[in-house]
Amino acid sequence: MASRDFSHRLSDAHGSLRKPVSLARRLHIDVPLLVLLLVLASVGLGVLYSASGGDMNYVRRQSIFMCLAFTGMFIVAQIPLDFYRRWSPWAYLGGCALLVGVLLFGTGAKGAQRWLEIAGFRFQPSEVMKLGVPMMVAAFLHQRAQPPSLVTVIGALAIVAVPAALIVRQPDLGTSILIAASGLFALYLAGLSWKMIGAAAMGLVVSAWPIWQWGLRDYQRQRILTLLNPHDDRFGAGWNIFNSKAAIGSGGVYGKGYLQGTQSQLDFLPESHTDFIIAVLAEEWGMRGVLLLLLLYVLVIARGIYISFMAQHLFGRLLAGSITLTFFVYVFVNIGMVTGLLPVVGVPLPIISYGGTSLITLMAGFGILMAVGTERRRVHF
Amino acid sequence: MPHDHHLKDPHTEQRLFRNRMLVAIVGVIALLGVLIARFYNLQVVDYDDYRTQSDDNRIQVRPVAPTRGLIYDRNGILLADNRASYNLSIVRERVKDLDATLELVGHLVRLGDGDVAKFRKRLRRRRPFEPVPLRFRLSEEEIARISVNQFRMPGVSVEAELVRYYALGDLFAHSVGYVGRISDRDLSNFTKEDVRLYRGTRSIGKVGLERSYEKTLLGEVGYENVEINARGRVLRVLERQDPKPGADLTLHLDAHLQQVASDALGDRRGAVVAIDVNTGGVLAFVSKPSFDPNLFVTGISFADYRALSDSLDVPLFNRAVQGQYPPGSTLKPLMGLGGLEAGLITRETKIKDPGFYKLPNDPRLYRDHVRWGHGEKVDLIQAMAQSCDVYFWDMAHRWDIDGMHDMAAHFGLGSKTGIDLPMERSGLFPSRDWKRGARGMPWFPGDSLNAVLGQGFVLATPLQLAVMTATIANRGTHYRPQMVKTINGVEQPAEILHNLEAHPDNWDLVFEGMEAVVNRSYGTGKRAGKDLNFRVAGKSGTAQVVGIAQGARYDSEALQERHRDHALFVAFAPVDKPRIAVAVLVENGEAGGGVAAPVARELFAEWVPRPDTQENTAQKTRLSKGVDNG
Repeated sequence: MASRDFSHRLSDAHGSLRKPVSLARRLHIDVPLLVLLLVLASVGLGVLYSASGGDMNYVRRQSIFMCLAFTGMFIVAQIPLDFYRRWSPWAYLGGCALLVGVLLFGTGAKGAQRWLEIAGFRFQPSEVMKLGVPMMVAAFLHQRAQPPSLVTVIGALAIVAVPAALIVRQPDLGTSILIAASGLFALYLAGLSWKMIGAAAMGLVVSAWPIWQWGLRDYQRQRILTLLNPHDDRFGAGWNIFNSKAAIGSGGVYGKGYLQGTQSQLDFLPESHTDFIIAVLAEEWGMRGVLLLLLLYVLVIARGIYISFMAQHLFGRLLAGSITLTFFVYVFVNIGMVTGLLPVVGVPLPIISYGGTSLITLMAGFGILMAVGTERRRVHF
Repeated sequence: MPHDHHLKDPHTEQRLFRNRMLVAIVGVIALLGVLIARFYNLQVVDYDDYRTQSDDNRIQVRPVAPTRGLIYDRNGILLADNRASYNLSIVRERVKDLDATLELVGHLVRLGDGDVAKFRKRLRRRRPFEPVPLRFRLSEEEIARISVNQFRMPGVSVEAELVRYYALGDLFAHSVGYVGRISDRDLSNFTKEDVRLYRGTRSIGKVGLERSYEKTLLGEVGYENVEINARGRVLRVLERQDPKPGADLTLHLDAHLQQVASDALGDRRGAVVAIDVNTGGVLAFVSKPSFDPNLFVTGISFADYRALSDSLDVPLFNRAVQGQYPPGSTLKPLMGLGGLEAGLITRETKIKDPGFYKLPNDPRLYRDHVRWGHGEKVDLIQAMAQSCDVYFWDMAHRWDIDGMHDMAAHFGLGSKTGIDLPMERSGLFPSRDWKRGARGMPWFPGDSLNAVLGQGFVLATPLQLAVMTATIANRGTHYRPQMVKTINGVEQPAEILHNLEAHPDNWDLVFEGMEAVVNRSYGTGKRAGKDLNFRVAGKSGTAQVVGIAQGARYDSEALQERHRDHALFVAFAPVDKPRIAVAVLVENGEAGGGVAAPVARELFAEWVPRPDTQENTAQKTRLSKGVDNG
């Protein structure tokens, strides 16, 4: 789908060298990406207005979060890539220290410790590691020969394993897996041999039973069982999935109309403004709306891949590729979870779901993408 | 930028990266395909299923209870009304901690242990999100206390409900009856159709007209399709099929006459039934002692119920239709007519009454209630007026018991009258077959002597005696007794069960005898006609409660009060154009003429002077045209 598109744009990029430097370039802004993100943000606010039952408070607060997140993105984009590369070990080590801190002094709810409170400000160190881990892996691989040797691979795996293990202990299996994935994507893109990938896949299959038996907690096993048969427990654990599927399915091709979704407007859909927000969109806008949203996501991903292709150095390339693929994983896991393909793991729908923290991390990631995309200009100046 | 360029080949690196990314892109496209297929599956393939599920989620069909039909007396006085009553209800789904809420409620309103236990029982068989009542009949003050504290108790609400109210209290408890909460036993008798009809309704007729006209009064349940949210709150009504209110009943009963009858009976145990001679409509229907039917409407307390059910006076017992008493001498007019029709006696027949009767070949003496007898020459008129037993014994001895039985049956004795009230008893008038079947014994001549005087096996309810009297007053036209006059304004036709053909002279003679009972100086029922400017015809009766040993003297003082004879009196008035027939029973009242007859007199004094309304006349002419034997 995208490869011809890329070569076309490639020549464009070369051509732009001869043109006068645009304001966007000077500000390290990737215009297509920014436009797509703004469109997604507007769609998100629109769906949120409906999902919150017309509560302007939610929309107002989310708008403020978005302003902060976009501002953060601009700031992140201004920082030279080399700075990130050199500082990534410190960021990574600091992040690990914070994760240890969470386990020692963390606060939280429902039996999980995920937050650190410093001077009255509550934050989640695992969010930092969403960017810290791929950055560290990319920086680590950047200094080594490609394709990576076995020693390099073991080193990279160790980098991934430490924070992942710390986050699993919180416990937060979902975030841990996503963070591990972002690091592994970098390793994969750096040229991890297919033999090793195949061996890892085999290992996973073999260890599936022990993981099920000893690696998962009861509620996690329950979620997976619920996924397999949601009707068994319609009014218990299966309630969310049952109602989100009813919402999506009853939307049909054309949807029930904006603000007309009965499942969401009548509160049958739990967490309709956070993790399950796509069910609201699917109910009110139908399959048309879903396809449109997926298209927006695909364009964002395509732009991210394009940026990674254009990157001058391995560090930027791996980081941009990893961030882009991880973004797709977020989209896939959230939609898979809401449509009943995957267990409910509490992953928000990027840019659309209500919530500040994940939005800021996400937009910081796009800031790094923009920094990668405009790196060459910096080199020339 | 300081880079480590050793062993690095930028072009190989880039090619490797691109290859890897292309594989990843294939993966992304494949996964996107999975998502799109998933949406296609949900939104296109299974659309109908999910559409239905989503509608099921939001639309709930709620029953709307119909209002129960009202019950009026013949003059439009409301006997059974519906009034708003305020209940405290709880929706389980909206309460976090039920025990804490119950405790909090307990501080605000008076809650008995029974209330909480019954609430928990109701909680188990309710529908989801349905408000379950905890306390009924809140006072104004309790409602105020709840509303002030409402914010502390989500899920607790005060709901208005229409409940039955019997404005005249105990006066109509045995006729109108009462409704009560639908019990488990009611539910187990419900058909599928009943289950549908009673959706949304909490009470059901338990006794009296409330029970026998249950389906008429109930009405038809309505429905509301309401949109609800996940917390069960009704957001809007999508569609509504209004309930059909129950039909209103207007009774033949007259509240004033009822009051008069009740007052006349006073504190004594007994029953009074008055019947409109021309229609069979029941004008007064009293069973004493009575009780307050309002106690039962929302569930009677254990203590109140114990008090009623343990009372020696059995106030819950409906003496007028369930009490079976030996009718005693009140049968004499009927038996006299039978004797005349059978040709056993004539106007001229006279007998000698020495105070006892002796069957041939039987040493036993049958003693008249007047020890010294009624004289040398007693004819039928005198035999009725003075209640001479020997005259009737002599006749009965010559009469076939089955003929006697058939005559009694013409007047409705020995079978249910068919009144529109539940739980009526049939009484008994024996026959040869009956005795063989029920007792396994042949008929003895002595049995006939007992039967003719309404003793022995003979049992009748006060209602049957009233029907019998009305049939005599009608000269043989036997109407089915009826409580309900109109349903929703539609006149209920009077129904003639039987027409007895008898010679007019014989009727005249019976009337004369009954008139003599009230009007002759020696009549036993003089007090029934005292100070009335119209003529009354009647017959007194005394029913033995316990058998008196042969030769022993009756000594009321020596007997417990409850073993004393029952006093009976039946009468109709005015004689020339009968309008009302009355049967009075006073338990352990001893003397029919002395105790029961004055009660009948009060009813006549109230009723007969009333103008014979046009309505009555119109009805009479219509009926006389439409007479056919049912």
